[in-house]
Amino acid sequence: MKVKMLSRNPDNYVRETKLDIQRVPRNYDPTLHPFEVPREYVRALNATKLERVFAKPFLASLDGHRDGVNCLAKHPKSLATVLSGACDGEVKIWNLTKRKCIRTMQAHEGFVRGICTRFCGSSFFTIGDDKTVKQWKMDGPSYGEEEEPLQTILGKTVYTGIDHHWKEAVFATCGQQVDIWDEQRTSPICSMTWGFDSISSVKFNPIETFLLGSCASDRNIVLYDMRQATPLKKVILDMRTNTVCWNPMEAFVFTAANEDYNLYTFDMRALDTPVMVHMDHVSAVLDVDYSPTGKEFVSASFDKSIRIFPVNKSRSREVYHTKRMQHVICVKWTSDSKYIMCGSDEMNIRLWKANASEKLGVLTSREKAAMDYNQKLKEKFKHYPQIKRIARHRHLPKSIYSQILEQRVMKEARRRKEVNRRKHSKPGSVPIVSEKKKHIVAVVK
Amino acid sequence: MSATSANSSLLTLNQSEELVDLPKDYPLSASEDEGDGDGERKHQKLLEAISSLDGKNRWKVAERSEASLKVSEFNVSSEGTREKLGLSDLLQPIKTSPSLATVKKQLNRVKSKKTVELPLNKEEVARIHREVAFNKTSQALSKWDPIVVKNRNAEQLVFPLEKEQAAFAPLEHMLGGWKARTPLEQEIFNVLNKNKQPVTDPLLTPVEKAALRAMSLEEAKMRRAELQRARALQSYYEAKARREKKIKSKKYHKIVKKGKAKKALKDFETLQKVNPTAALEELEKMEKARMLERMSLKHQNSGKWAKSKAIMAKYDLEARQAMQEQLAKNKELTQKLQAVSESEEEEGGVEEDGLLIPDVVNEVQVNANGSNPWMLRRCTSDVNEMKIQKDPEQLSKSMAYEDSESEEEKSPVAEETLLREIEKKRSLRERSKLNQDSKPVGSQEAQDANSQEVLSELRALSQKLNKKTHQTQKPKGSSLGTAPPVQTEEPSLEEEEPLLLQKPQRATTLEDLEELSKEGHSGNTELPRRAKQEQQAEKKPDDQPDAPKKNRKSQMISLQNLLTTKPPSVKSLAAPTTMELEDEDESYQKQMIKEAFAGDDVIRDFLKEKREAVEACKPKDVDLTLPGWGEWGGVGLQPNAKKRRRFLMKAPEGPPRKDQNLPNVIINEKRNIHTAAHQVHVLPYPFTHHHQFERTIQTPIGSTWNTQRAFQKLTAPKVITKPGHIIKPIKNEDVGYRSSSRSDLSMVQRHPTQLSIRHKKQLKKHSVN
Repeated sequence: MKVKMLSRNPDNYVRETKLDIQRVPRNYDPTLHPFEVPREYVRALNATKLERVFAKPFLASLDGHRDGVNCLAKHPKSLATVLSGACDGEVKIWNLTKRKCIRTMQAHEGFVRGICTRFCGSSFFTIGDDKTVKQWKMDGPSYGEEEEPLQTILGKTVYTGIDHHWKEAVFATCGQQVDIWDEQRTSPICSMTWGFDSISSVKFNPIETFLLGSCASDRNIVLYDMRQATPLKKVILDMRTNTVCWNPMEAFVFTAANEDYNLYTFDMRALDTPVMVHMDHVSAVLDVDYSPTGKEFVSASFDKSIRIFPVNKSRSREVYHTKRMQHVICVKWTSDSKYIMCGSDEMNIRLWKANASEKLGVLTSREKAAMDYNQKLKEKFKHYPQIKRIARHRHLPKSIYSQILEQRVMKEARRRKEVNRRKHSKPGSVPIVSEKKKHIVAVVK
Repeated sequence: MSATSANSSLLTLNQSEELVDLPKDYPLSASEDEGDGDGERKHQKLLEAISSLDGKNRWKVAERSEASLKVSEFNVSSEGTREKLGLSDLLQPIKTSPSLATVKKQLNRVKSKKTVELPLNKEEVARIHREVAFNKTSQALSKWDPIVVKNRNAEQLVFPLEKEQAAFAPLEHMLGGWKARTPLEQEIFNVLNKNKQPVTDPLLTPVEKAALRAMSLEEAKMRRAELQRARALQSYYEAKARREKKIKSKKYHKIVKKGKAKKALKDFETLQKVNPTAALEELEKMEKARMLERMSLKHQNSGKWAKSKAIMAKYDLEARQAMQEQLAKNKELTQKLQAVSESEEEEGGVEEDGLLIPDVVNEVQVNANGSNPWMLRRCTSDVNEMKIQKDPEQLSKSMAYEDSESEEEKSPVAEETLLREIEKKRSLRERSKLNQDSKPVGSQEAQDANSQEVLSELRALSQKLNKKTHQTQKPKGSSLGTAPPVQTEEPSLEEEEPLLLQKPQRATTLEDLEELSKEGHSGNTELPRRAKQEQQAEKKPDDQPDAPKKNRKSQMISLQNLLTTKPPSVKSLAAPTTMELEDEDESYQKQMIKEAFAGDDVIRDFLKEKREAVEACKPKDVDLTLPGWGEWGGVGLQPNAKKRRRFLMKAPEGPPRKDQNLPNVIINEKRNIHTAAHQVHVLPYPFTHHHQFERTIQTPIGSTWNTQRAFQKLTAPKVITKPGHIIKPIKNEDVGYRSSSRSDLSMVQRHPTQLSIRHKKQLKKHSVN
């Protein structure tokens, strides 16, 4: 006769090592776990609160410059290395892990206007008010050797911006015109102009590396093609654009930091309408840099704050400021997308976390799972008023806060006036212009 | 005017044919140069002055009909004939002279050509260049559209994008740095090295190659021929077997089987004489066949055929017979061992727990022929005693002694033959055990191969043997009843047995049960079958043949029948008591709960609460009476009833409550402002209907409600970055495009239209966005 016996497989309840977590059988019957929405809501609320509690983005301040920091550059191969140029012509190389300056050199007379690293990280270029372009070795001089540039190019005019090609030994400077230089030559291989005005910044497209974007002081943004040695198109905005930055993941998208407190994200194929207008700053935006993931960018403003914008949102998700931080002149997002550096007028370089409440260092898998879960909960319940309120709450300096209020009033007044004008004029004579189109003066072919 | 038009026509001429270009504006200067006379010049001047007075044609030259003085070598003047001089005018005189044919041709060609437009100014040219370049570039950029869209909509993006490529190092490099460490690896390497197995290009070892080379042509041919022959033979045999298998005649098969069985028996007998060990093996095989049969369900009435027959058996005599045949067969095949197993479980199981199993089995097999359990028990105990010595001969002797002691009245002939057989078997087994170890493995394998055939023969043989034993059993059964002293010898055993035999299925068949109810029920219901039979035997010693019959009957009844019979009267005794116990338990627990929650009556509280809620919800009457208005007022004075009735504003009856008919529920229809602070009032942007939004909220993502895997999937972050890794801009290579930027341009030029359409679409989309 067959005897049926109860049998249990020890694999189901015996753990392999002592370090394993005890296996706990769970019953997922929904009747045993009621109130899932309220419970998750409370969790989301707590997660949001905790996020605010732990939001401590400021990491370090690198001091050592004796004048305002005018430009910053990332090392293409080393995450810990940062280069900075100051308004007194001094260039410093910093080690971020030690938070120390590892090298200092007097590069130029007057401002260091621009600094850029070679794509391989072996050397870097600086330009200054003394009409020179200098190439420096990344490694310091050996003992007894003098600190000297590898190469110095004397130009005819002042250069205001520099950028290096992403793949070839070519760099571009701007000033009166955009010059493309071969590293081996002392004269530009090609010069491109369109109109006569001083160009403040030039940037290579990181993906389609033959493309360049520049912005000039006659309020325009000009795109160039290096291969065909021609400008491509020009868009004129309301006010001057200070700098442009290309999206490192989307070849045709760039963002322009404008004097009218806004940033404009363009698709370079359709310049007549920006894809997005990012507004939150209350003063001129001086610099912008994309996160290497291409999902967000950081902007530095004259209003003594930096803001982080998602690419597809018109409002910033984060604002960083400290009491001592003055007008922020330059900003960079590090290549691992975790940190943000900004150089400001009061001679300091500050290091911030890109996600204010992120825990640094190695996370255990359970911590990671909890973080992910909290993040998803926040996302899920982000429309709930309490959660939205807590998540959006930021403390701002009084100056910025009052300026925001003021500008709100101004904007409302302008809107009201326009509405009134429309009301009192012939129908159709005062057309409704969208916010995106409002700031574009013209597109020149 | 005419002069300028002539001039223009001339200009065209000049451009193409490089004629001497002299503007018509200076005809006078030319004439002046010649300077004929003073008077004439004066006259000319006068004429000029006059003509210029009207202001129309300043340069009108005097008309004359004869050959002009002003014929110039530099110019052709058209004055005189017509105002205009066309090319055709010049061509006309040429037509006549054949010597000027070439000039004529050239002029004709000139006439057919059109004028080239003026070059555009520099700015325009630059603009066009820019436009073309922009279009090209934007088309080249459009190749990124699908990637950008994909990345924007991606559920998850992992940075850095470029994967660490697994480099394909050649095997030699890998092997160079690698060493065999574990014993298994070393062993494998040794084997490989010994055979010089090539590691990198595993085709043939050197030995194999040599072998290939070594085989000569003749050898190969011979080999092939051999193989062919073998194959042919095999196919013949196969064909033959198939043919025989296909023969449907039952008679033929029966004859074949019988013949085989006969042959097998004969062989067995001869083998017994010639080679006893081999015979023993055969015998073992027979045993095995029986065992297999016992295990299989082949003749158990459970097959398809048997079931169908069972249905038909009611009506069809043949079917019934077939079934019976099958049953009989089953019984025959399993008979011997069943008897054994019964005795084993009854006897050996109870008393000799410490007995080694193999010994018991041995004993059982030995004593299988004798059906007397008492004898069996004793014999096993004997074995127990003698375990230390393990002398086969002594054992057999004792066995013989025991047998002879217990079964004195058996038929002597059968007895003797049996004993002899047993002895032989035993001795053979002992020897064979020794032999088996030294036996070559190959022989056994060979035996296994054809064991299938042999098995069937053996089965037939064993049946025959069984029959023999059966015949011997019958007298034994008869002797059972006539051995009262043996039974009385073991009273203690009989007392112990009930514990084991309590299982009704085990002990009793239906018939037994009937008997029980008839006879033994009054006294001890749990008497064992054996005892009962013995009682029977004692009661009616004259129907001795009955007892074995019953035994046989019990053997015939299948297992299924046994299982389906109800266990008698166990439940009826045990169930009520347990029920009572449970009842007591429950009541006790209820008591406990009552005691614990003595104070609070939840239901009444709830009802009270509900009543209050209902009251609170009801619209209130408004009393508008002003005490002391129009009458005396003061402490203890009430406005009169009429006034009160008049100024009481009755509230209208509200709609019926929703929980009117739900006794266990309170439904509050008022908006709760405390919860409203936590609720979404406006439908958020991407959702078009509140159902969508609610659904997203209602699906929980936590691990409380989801399995681990689902939880991980639901909470996967959108962007994953590795700490400490540099994220480089996306590259052509990352997404499978060619890297060179020049190729993009060429591609654009090759498919300009296609791309431009896509580009337009994209742009449209962008503009919409």
